[in-house]
Amino acid sequence: MKLAYEISHLLAGVMLVVSFALLYQQRIAAVLNAFAAQSITLALAVAWAAWSEDRPDLFITATIAFLLKGIVIPVALHRTVTRLGVHREVEKVVGVGMALLVGLALCGLSQALVVKIAPVAAGLARDELALAMAIVLLGFLMMIVRRNAVTQVVGFMSMENGLILAATGAQGMPLVVEVSVAFSVLIALFVFAVFVFRIRERFDTIDIEALDRMRGDRR
Amino acid sequence: MTPAIVVQFLAQGAQMFLVLLIAPLAVGVTRRVKARLMRRQGAPLLQGYRDLAKLVRKESVLAESASWLFRTAPYLVFALTWVAAALVPSFASGLMFNWAADVVALVALLGAARALLALAGMDVGTSFGGIGSSREMMIATLAEPAMMLIVLTFAIAAGTTRLAGVADFFIAEPIAVRVSLALSLVALVIVALAENARIPVDNPVTHLELTMVHEAMVLEYSGRHLALIEAASMLKLTLYLSLLICLFVPFGMAPAAAGLGGWLIGTLAWSAKLLLGAALLGVWEVSIAKMRVFRLPDFLGVAFVFAFIAILLAYLSRGATV
Repeated sequence: MKLAYEISHLLAGVMLVVSFALLYQQRIAAVLNAFAAQSITLALAVAWAAWSEDRPDLFITATIAFLLKGIVIPVALHRTVTRLGVHREVEKVVGVGMALLVGLALCGLSQALVVKIAPVAAGLARDELALAMAIVLLGFLMMIVRRNAVTQVVGFMSMENGLILAATGAQGMPLVVEVSVAFSVLIALFVFAVFVFRIRERFDTIDIEALDRMRGDRR
Repeated sequence: MTPAIVVQFLAQGAQMFLVLLIAPLAVGVTRRVKARLMRRQGAPLLQGYRDLAKLVRKESVLAESASWLFRTAPYLVFALTWVAAALVPSFASGLMFNWAADVVALVALLGAARALLALAGMDVGTSFGGIGSSREMMIATLAEPAMMLIVLTFAIAAGTTRLAGVADFFIAEPIAVRVSLALSLVALVIVALAENARIPVDNPVTHLELTMVHEAMVLEYSGRHLALIEAASMLKLTLYLSLLICLFVPFGMAPAAAGLGGWLIGTLAWSAKLLLGAALLGVWEVSIAKMRVFRLPDFLGVAFVFAFIAILLAYLSRGATV
């Protein structure tokens, strides 16, 4: 029991660290690799929960996470990036240091929230919930501080990773919901990809700042 | 005065001189490993002792504008660093002055030494000294908060900030996967590299004007003053290696009640681990390039982030077990 708890704690902690790596990385290719690492860690965490708590349906979740988000989506994004010809630096709204500090504040916030709302007896699930919530918030933060459309997609996906982790730690979401979420994420990827190409065609850049002009509140 | 107290006193004294004796050897091992990996012959292992002996014999040249601070700073820096290095438990955890070996006290001692050195760097009024001092202070302001967070992580885990207590706790505890400790190990290694002016942060072997930090600060020193400062930086390296050993691999350290035999085993284990750590440092240094000074806040920021996550996780898992 103790070991099972420690390993799930370790994997969730690794996911949190990778979330920070996503915020820290400067280049798009590195961001995509970090995202793949996070998804694979998620798959491991879910598989460990399935094995140690004897919930075989979670193995399906783990497989979906591994295949779809660990391999298919990163590879697709890598190819998108190559076709767009942007593998240089990621445009950012604020500096790395600032983003990391805000990220730390979000971690503290999620912990404070979870300590408030969950009873102490919930022990194991509570830890996972705090970490998962921090990962979700960091995904949000990534979507806010990065102006590049591809990294925004990554922020969205990493948020979804956090959600799955939370669902695993709690009673677990029904498999139907799980599968439909996975596929809606995949469809979201396609929509994003189409949008990215359309944005590029229209504005010659995938810096979403360019979209502001469409609203007419610049200039 | 009972004989037990005398023995305790002697053991503490032995530790004090042990760190002083082994410090130049540790630096020698690092340099030798680096040289060998670069396919150079490298200086002999005992070169550190010879350098110190040579510097002590030489005349010390003072700048005309040097004040009393410039002359006294080396002695104080050496004394503070030596005290700090002697406090870290090396071969036994139950020595006489272990009650003083508090991590917060260590950070304070090293901080005082650094402040003195930075003042001395600016004392003569050369521009290099000023640059060195300002950069050293920048690094210190980034590294020290991370260090304090690491200390607090251990305080949460072991229930004390006394190093001997922490070491005893981890010797007694069964080996376990603890993500908070792994994170604080990474953070502490980054802090140690920064504090010892090692490669991704500063290059200890060059006197290249634009990049040096520590060397720029002590550029005006010569003779016995330089010997003291060199010895202090060697001691500091030994201190951090010893701290890493004490916190993360304390196995083999003699418990409080051990006799002479336990101490002997402890000394052997500690020396072996220390020299292994120094060799690893050499491998690390040849395999990585120095960072630009303006990238340093990001690098040290990583240490801070890791230490913060570590403390968060430590707090969480404590809440779960209570």
